Amino acid sequence: MAPFFVAIFLQQILNGLVLGSVYALVALGYTMVYGILGLINFAHGEVVMVGALVSLSVIELLLGAAPGIPAPLVGALALAAAIIVCMTIGFLIERVAYRPLRRAPRLAPLITAIGVSILLQTLAMLIWGRRYHTVPAVIPPTPHTLAGATVTNVQIAIIVASALIMAALMGLVHFTRLGRAMRATAENPTVAGLMGVNINRIISATFIIGSALAAVAGVLVSSNYGIAHYYMGFVLGLKAFTAAVLGGIGNLPGAMLGGLLLGLIESLGAGYVGDLTGGFLGSHYQDVFAFLVLISVLVFRPTGLLGERVSERA
Amino acid sequence: MNTRDWSIRLKAIAAGAAAALALAACGAKEEAIKIGHAGPLTGPVAHLGKDNENGVRLALDEANAAGLTIGGKKATFAMQSEDDQADPKQGAIVAQKLVDAKVVGVIGHLNSGTTIPASKIYYDAGLAQISPSATNVTYTHQGFKTAFRVMANDAQQGKVLGDYAVHKLGAKNIAIIDDRSAYGQGLADEFEKAAKAAGGQIVTREFTGTDKTDFNAILTSIKGKNADLIFYGGMDSQSGPMMKQIKNLGISSKFLTGDGGQTAEFLKLAGDAAEGAFASSPGVPLDKMPGGKAFADKYKNKFKIEIQLYAPYAYDAANVLLEAMKKADSTDPAKYLPILAGITFQGVTGNIAFDENGDIKGGSISLYQAKGGKWEYLDTVGG
Repeated sequence: MAPFFVAIFLQQILNGLVLGSVYALVALGYTMVYGILGLINFAHGEVVMVGALVSLSVIELLLGAAPGIPAPLVGALALAAAIIVCMTIGFLIERVAYRPLRRAPRLAPLITAIGVSILLQTLAMLIWGRRYHTVPAVIPPTPHTLAGATVTNVQIAIIVASALIMAALMGLVHFTRLGRAMRATAENPTVAGLMGVNINRIISATFIIGSALAAVAGVLVSSNYGIAHYYMGFVLGLKAFTAAVLGGIGNLPGAMLGGLLLGLIESLGAGYVGDLTGGFLGSHYQDVFAFLVLISVLVFRPTGLLGERVSERA
Repeated sequence: MNTRDWSIRLKAIAAGAAAALALAACGAKEEAIKIGHAGPLTGPVAHLGKDNENGVRLALDEANAAGLTIGGKKATFAMQSEDDQADPKQGAIVAQKLVDAKVVGVIGHLNSGTTIPASKIYYDAGLAQISPSATNVTYTHQGFKTAFRVMANDAQQGKVLGDYAVHKLGAKNIAIIDDRSAYGQGLADEFEKAAKAAGGQIVTREFTGTDKTDFNAILTSIKGKNADLIFYGGMDSQSGPMMKQIKNLGISSKFLTGDGGQTAEFLKLAGDAAEGAFASSPGVPLDKMPGGKAFADKYKNKFKIEIQLYAPYAYDAANVLLEAMKKADSTDPAKYLPILAGITFQGVTGNIAFDENGDIKGGSISLYQAKGGKWEYLDTVGG
């Protein structure tokens, strides 16, 4: 029985890592924007949703128009299309909704962000309808067994892709000029401006990079569950933001850690809370469990696990 | 011409226009009789809500074409369709909206979770409410003389499912998942009672939500408990992806669900993973219904899409309401409600007559299995 228990435990860990990788990808977008602008970009979850739906449309278009195209190419084109569209949307949101409010009191951009979120949801509902769309499996999900736990190739792709992207982002932020400019702007925008950094361009770049990550997350999530719909970004965005806060808002490694942790907590929580409490609490307390952990962490460490990093606004 | 003359002219023109309008209104068409429909037209089960709406629309259009006379006046029916988003709060808001719009009867809602709170509002307004799909037992057990349904309820469905799981599918260890909605939880509770009574062991009760798409954690937990059957109480928008995840996790247990999953959408969402899943549905399959094939053809001709699930019931519900109004020769609920309570009507789904609670008499439950991308009919119990 013991090895079986280990297999189940390993399975839950794997489930958690898959979930967490997605949260981490989306949390990075939240944390980067908050680090530089002090703004919670509520519309970020909807950018994920747009990425998922755009990739769905491209896949359906390609499969319908030219059935002979090899599956990897369809997938790659769908991903590319999603990334381009999301980057454009991210750029536009910043330019149109947030930039004019840069000197406004903190509440204004917050409300605007919620407004943009609702706007994107409604636009998506108008364009793609209200039903749950089935995403055609470009990569047929083949389950592999790993020490008793089953994982599909799509799930492996999620974990690996997220890890690679996060590593690339850290590389970008720490080893390139753009990255140095981003870190400078995050630390103190006014002084960075005096040092010759084009603040507006850096902020736009931040939104664009964050949105690209969101697009990848959207494509991965919709491929994994096989579903995409206009409301899928809301709860995901909220949880990813929670993950970013858990790890320390403004802190890139914090967002990654927070995301992975939240995924693991949710997975293990849902899987074991029923057994641990003898049936008193059931798996429907999964979300409650996750948010309880968040509250406890913040009570004992208000700046999050790895510490907050927000710009000093002189 | 000076300003004073102009202002007098303007007043004269205005008075003339108003008089003309009043005259025109006198000779205007009869006001249409409003029949209310409420269901989820947006969200995860929008495909089912639209299906119901189409059923009602078909019934009303046919009635208008046939030209009925009620209370000495030519009756033209219009449908006021409202979206309750399968959300209990929205259901109550929509119900009040329909009452305020002075509809004479309501076909709705779709989900038990919305139908039950709405039923109080319709009862207070004295309006007849016929649900084509809400199966939770509480709906007709609140003592409301205005609440009716045209299909069997979950007490029956749960019992049939529980018996079937233990006796026909041979399940000894059963895991139950529900989506915590009035329908899902109610059905799961009835199933649990029946399965236990039949001698099955419930190894675990897991829960999810009507908006969740990730079930890996609870399914993995179930895998660890070695259940030979998983029962899900909830809708196809969850059971579809759940089926996929079950197969991906390498779980070999049988899968059984209620009428919320016995849909074309379930087969679509689950894809290849749907193979072998069992589901039940109140009533009999469309081709076994007395008017089933004819209705399916009419529906396809008018709406160009396939029937999802409850459209025949919505159609019958609308028609039985109209029949009651015809027999009472009045659209006043106070007059036609007693007639409706005692009516016998041959619908496309079969014979419709209500018992003292408003449940349908002689309701049956049918069982199906997903095979080769289609629902294969297995058996009918009751009726």
